[in-house]
Amino acid sequence: MASMNIIGTSVKRTEDYRFLTGGGQYTDDVAPHHATYAVFVRSPHAHAKIKGIKTDKAAKARGVHAVYTGDDIAKAGINGLPCGWLITDVNGQPMKEPPYPVLAQGKVRHVGERVAVVIADTLHEARDAAELVEVDYEVLPAVVNGAEARKKGAPVLHEIAPDNTCYVWAIGDKAKVDDVFKSAAHTTKLEFVNNRLIPNAIEPRAAIGNYSRAEDAYTLHVASQNPHVERLLMTAFVMGLPEHKVHVIAPDVGGGFGSKIYLYGEDVVVTWASKQINRPVKWTADRVESFSSDAHGRDHVTTAELALDKDGKFLAMRVHTTANVGAYLSTFASCVPTILYATLLAGQYTTPVIYCEVTAVFTNTTPVDAYRGAGRPEATYVVERLVETAAREMKIDPAEIRRRNFIKEFPYQTPVALLYDTGNYNATLDAATKLGDVAGYAKRKEQSKARGKLRGIGYSCYIEACGIAPSSVAGSLGARAGLYEAGEVRVHPTGKVTVFTGSHSHGQGHETTFAQVVASRLGIPMDDVHIVHGDTSKILFGMGTYGSRSIAVGGTAIVKAVDKVIAKGKKIAAHLMEAAENDVEFSDGIFRVTGTDKQVPFGQVALTAYVPHNYPHDKLEPGLNENAFYDPSNFTFPAGSYVCEVEVDPDTGKTSIESFVAVDDFGKIINPMIVEGQVQGGLTQGIGQALMEGCRYDSASGQLLTGTLTDYCLPRAEDVPHFKIDTRETPCTHNPLGVKGCGEAGAIGAPAALMNAITDAIGVRDLAMPATAETVWRAIAMKKAA
Amino acid sequence: MYAFTYRKAKDVKDAAAGLAKNADAKLLAGGQSLIAAMKLRLSAPPELIDLGTISELRGIKSDGKNVVIGAMTRHAEVAASTDVKKAIPALAYLASQIGDRMVRNMGTLGGAIAHNDPAADYPAAVVGLGATVETNKRKIDADAFFKGIYETALDPGEIITSVSFPIPKRAAYMKFKQPASRFAMVGVMVADTGKDVRVAVTGAGPCVFRVKEMEQALGKKFAPDSVANIKVPDKGLNSDIHASAEYRAHLVTVMAKRAVEAALK
Repeated sequence: MASMNIIGTSVKRTEDYRFLTGGGQYTDDVAPHHATYAVFVRSPHAHAKIKGIKTDKAAKARGVHAVYTGDDIAKAGINGLPCGWLITDVNGQPMKEPPYPVLAQGKVRHVGERVAVVIADTLHEARDAAELVEVDYEVLPAVVNGAEARKKGAPVLHEIAPDNTCYVWAIGDKAKVDDVFKSAAHTTKLEFVNNRLIPNAIEPRAAIGNYSRAEDAYTLHVASQNPHVERLLMTAFVMGLPEHKVHVIAPDVGGGFGSKIYLYGEDVVVTWASKQINRPVKWTADRVESFSSDAHGRDHVTTAELALDKDGKFLAMRVHTTANVGAYLSTFASCVPTILYATLLAGQYTTPVIYCEVTAVFTNTTPVDAYRGAGRPEATYVVERLVETAAREMKIDPAEIRRRNFIKEFPYQTPVALLYDTGNYNATLDAATKLGDVAGYAKRKEQSKARGKLRGIGYSCYIEACGIAPSSVAGSLGARAGLYEAGEVRVHPTGKVTVFTGSHSHGQGHETTFAQVVASRLGIPMDDVHIVHGDTSKILFGMGTYGSRSIAVGGTAIVKAVDKVIAKGKKIAAHLMEAAENDVEFSDGIFRVTGTDKQVPFGQVALTAYVPHNYPHDKLEPGLNENAFYDPSNFTFPAGSYVCEVEVDPDTGKTSIESFVAVDDFGKIINPMIVEGQVQGGLTQGIGQALMEGCRYDSASGQLLTGTLTDYCLPRAEDVPHFKIDTRETPCTHNPLGVKGCGEAGAIGAPAALMNAITDAIGVRDLAMPATAETVWRAIAMKKAA
Repeated sequence: MYAFTYRKAKDVKDAAAGLAKNADAKLLAGGQSLIAAMKLRLSAPPELIDLGTISELRGIKSDGKNVVIGAMTRHAEVAASTDVKKAIPALAYLASQIGDRMVRNMGTLGGAIAHNDPAADYPAAVVGLGATVETNKRKIDADAFFKGIYETALDPGEIITSVSFPIPKRAAYMKFKQPASRFAMVGVMVADTGKDVRVAVTGAGPCVFRVKEMEQALGKKFAPDSVANIKVPDKGLNSDIHASAEYRAHLVTVMAKRAVEAALK
């Protein structure tokens, strides 16, 4: 019999049939009987006192069932939204956690903040009535920039943080690092901004609360990346509801990139309101709402320094970052610029000492949280811009300086807490330089020059910590949740299999990848495996999908459950074949007695488990259904090398990406096509950050200036080149699949490669992201003038 | 969107009668600006008079001297028209660069110039090629048609029926796109009519404008170098989060020079 092992093959995505034929069921497609529609009244001001809200006109408008404000929420005893990660500051004090109300209480702190909700029979009635809600604002001065917010006299957002500072946190040995810098042969210093990004999943956020009087229970459909965490936070922390009476379903979800990890106020309001009016309450964000109310990403201001010896060996790194967390602490806001950022500053290198200090600051902007890469793109940008700049200053080839400093022995303990289990950084860099034909670069540069164009090349050798995370480690660092994953494998009497996973797919293709894993391990056709995700009443538990963790953590939980199924199957098979359990082996879907021709197929064992006429009842329960929780023993460490070549038009400053090579090491790969798709998407978002995306607020009024797709520039297909993508493989050492995760790599590694290439092309030391045509043109003009 | 009355006009007369009856009514052409504004509740006309089915407003005719394009002709039709491509390839190219596929399939010439968005492409064609705008009441010279930001010479109740573009000896349009919206950050139409040279700029200022200094220089010698050192003053040009007035002024020179290069090809 042919092997059923389809791990490592590019199976076409089974979910695509329904997506491409309009069969997907997104939250907005769910149409409960008698649904009402919610429209949120949002703050037009960045900072204002609410002196009063008049809702009577709106309440009387046609079709309106209810209008609720912050007062109603407070009276109902609903708490604010919690933050899932406690950061302890340099003085041992807990971070400042101001209340994050579901609907504004007395004050608004960013444009787009929820102030009231209007619920009506139709969306248009709700919208019309929302305009009748009269909010009396006393506008206050606003501050949108992190550095400005810390200055004396800056407007204060929260009473408990009079200096607008959430925390000052640090990692590493400052004294030692400072010492090294004093005597180093060479130091490189850069100051830059990691630009704020607005996620823009193609499906906007949506939620439908539905209270059943008959069952005294709630159902919440919500566009979420982690329905169980959503339920836990909502029931235990915010609403005080019994967890078993709240059923959360995250059906098909059209992209998240982090923005759908968090519990948002809208989700709470529609759930609560559905009981108040005894009707389902539906809300779907429009794009303008998404821009001002989905959690944003990045927004760091950083001073970064690298100390080197005369041969270009890294001696120490010193980093100071101000992270703008926005007006409130979103669910995981506090850990992104600390735990997920500073711990990655070793990169792929043996830098012996590193110190990083992070100041998190409140401003009158939309809350900032994890966005594809979350902390790791910011860290990679620091490391890889520094390394490239140091190489140029010391006239060392940028690939060579990296090779001189690569970690080559594993496991490797970094000075910033992480223990890398495995990797081969030379392998990915060698492959990338070959694939990118770096040898032919000089010739191409000449050809560009002849056409009047400036050509540049840039590298980025990133590392990320994925497979989040060992719960004990996360807990010791302040996580208020566990970070394991759960899986269940239900073998039906016919031998078909339903797999329930706590991971959530919102574009990643889990239904295919996970089915490949299960089918291969059980030796059954992939068609016999069905993957179920996104439903708290079906799935035992889950921590959800983010941080490139699904295959490494969620996939492993499934594997562990599959192995339990096989173990039990061996007992049944041993009974059927009248053999000792230890003599039974399992491969390619067949249980065999070692050294004999006795065998029973998987399907027969499954049937026996459910029709147990001939069955070891004294030793075994009937049925074949197993579950497993997997808590990883370490992070996984995907890494890779990117090489980017650009051509800049000196007349306009416009950059065109001529070549982009990505060679990644994701450990074992289950489905190369899906992995390539993930890399392409990540690279495109990274290119977006470097070249075109940049959230802008008006510094005086705090108004969001990039609040639509005609002002906030997302990359389009024509903006990206045909990527050259390849992989190298060092299997992860501590999970059974040897996998590391691939979802964020592109977004993490791409910005530095691109900015290194542009600065090389135009011969400047640094350049702000996004490197728009005007930014580049000005840099060229300034260089000419100098 | 607020509630409004929708009316389908049978012909131009019927549309004009509708406008006469309700001064607040708006004409609906391709709807690519109006409908978007209505959806955002930024515009709330009580009545829309749809010109979409009036066949006399649609179509392209070329007689060797002029290309006459009906006001309701879609951008995609102009872009794909063999007559336009043959007579004024710069005009077909300009139409092919407007917005995205959906906008080009719905948006119309008449709608675009009546709206007169400061960053729209068509005003550069109308002024650059020295076209004549024909309405249900009169003929208006391109130079007199565009008055200011979102402002034209159209009287209340006046309806554009067609635009007549004289066929130039050579012409080219160069556009530097605002990367998010794909409107013109700066778009320059350069046309050598045979008698004179016209240079029209869109996107850079509040309204399309001509650069006389470039026209004179190109009139003497139609070559890229003639405009390479002519700078338009940045005073009064648009300045926003996408580009400063200084950068736009710089782009006018670059795009004009490239348009001349393209026209010579």
